[in-house]
Amino acid sequence: MEITLRVNGVAVRRTVEARLLLSDFLRGTLGLTGTHVGCEHGVCGACTVLVDGDSVRACLMLAVQADGCEVTTVEALGTVERLGPLQEAFRKHHALQCGFCTSGMLMTSVDLLRKYPLESDAEIREGLSGNLCRCTGYEHIVRALREVAQARVAGAQAGEDEPI
Amino acid sequence: MKPPAFDYLRTSTLPEALEALQTEDAKLIAGGQSLMPMLNFRLLRPALLVDINRIRALDTLEQTAGGGLRIGALTRHLKLEFSPLVRAKFPILAAAVAHIGHLAIRNRGTIGGSLSHADPVAEHLLVSVLLDATLTVQSAAGVRAVPAAQHIRGALSTSLAPAEIVTAIELPPLAPNTGWGFEEVARRRGDFAIAAAAVLIRRSANLVIEARVAVAGGVDGPVRVGGAERALRGTRCDAPAITAAADAVRASVEPNTDLHGSPALRHHILGALLARACKSAWDRSATTHA
Repeated sequence: MEITLRVNGVAVRRTVEARLLLSDFLRGTLGLTGTHVGCEHGVCGACTVLVDGDSVRACLMLAVQADGCEVTTVEALGTVERLGPLQEAFRKHHALQCGFCTSGMLMTSVDLLRKYPLESDAEIREGLSGNLCRCTGYEHIVRALREVAQARVAGAQAGEDEPI
Repeated sequence: MKPPAFDYLRTSTLPEALEALQTEDAKLIAGGQSLMPMLNFRLLRPALLVDINRIRALDTLEQTAGGGLRIGALTRHLKLEFSPLVRAKFPILAAAVAHIGHLAIRNRGTIGGSLSHADPVAEHLLVSVLLDATLTVQSAAGVRAVPAAQHIRGALSTSLAPAEIVTAIELPPLAPNTGWGFEEVARRRGDFAIAAAAVLIRRSANLVIEARVAVAGGVDGPVRVGGAERALRGTRCDAPAITAAADAVRASVEPNTDLHGSPALRHHILGALLARACKSAWDRSATTHA
């Protein structure tokens, strides 16, 4: 089946099998290996990407279902030379050890920041609870997200539109 | 873990979906948050996957003439969590939905899918039983209305025939000043609940005049507990009344047994959740009455 979609702002057209997972399409077909694959049954959150702005588990969606959609992966958040604000906060707070969960943590954080106030650590922890980190570096991840959430509040008060 | 091969049909109209479902071994996919793991594990091998995600006529949320709510089956959990209409009319539904999975799951999962999959501790099943919801079920042969309690036939088992689709869920209006309580315990927020309790209370002259109690955590899915409702009626929802209601719950629910807790623990949790839900419902009925 032929599908046409936009991935990180770039138009993509490919012919794929109906059973191909969106996660495998991104990694295998497009070579965007920033999206990681952990459990492949929607538990670990490592493959989280945005589809039309909403975070989804890419292992619980077929590539054909993304036909006509805008898909955003971790590659869109910044580059090694120029990290995005959320990535910078993760770096600053040592919010990654092995890095396997990181792209999922980042993409989940993007959506959490858009949809929830994240005013308390409890809310941040609850928001991140669907993403597993087996290095168990959760404390640092919470700190990084807290800093960005607080900066966002400060930015909103100053009338700035902070990019993520 | 990759899904087995299948034919795939994406449709944007209900009649086309209903026709396709008559194919042998056809399976419907909505949000896919339960179906996709089963496909990845190859627990299911459908010949044809019928994708209804683009049937816009099923993605609706509207007030009924009587002041209730009619929810299209394709309505995502997150929409229900944030909808001002839901929050105003059925705050218990918005509160319950917030317990479903995690953000990425709620972005994608649908109310119709949850009710069709019928996990015994699914929040939507519990709330629909509590609220006396009616499901609209459609097939190529016609339409039928199914009360939520009759829809559930046991764990992961419903009254749906293979070629039928849940198209909408209708919630009848609640009387003004109805208080609500919803409590759930899971090992980790977003995991499947070990147990959950949902309560509605209406009061007059500082006495309970109507109580509805539904609990999940039993082997066959959520149930209304008439004994608990009777135990609360006519009381001030005080400690003896709540104890009697909790006893009725324990007497009528055979708890699940798995590694997350013994039957005794589950009975204990059910009683504790019921007490909290009763107190919230009583307090909220006071607030709205003022």
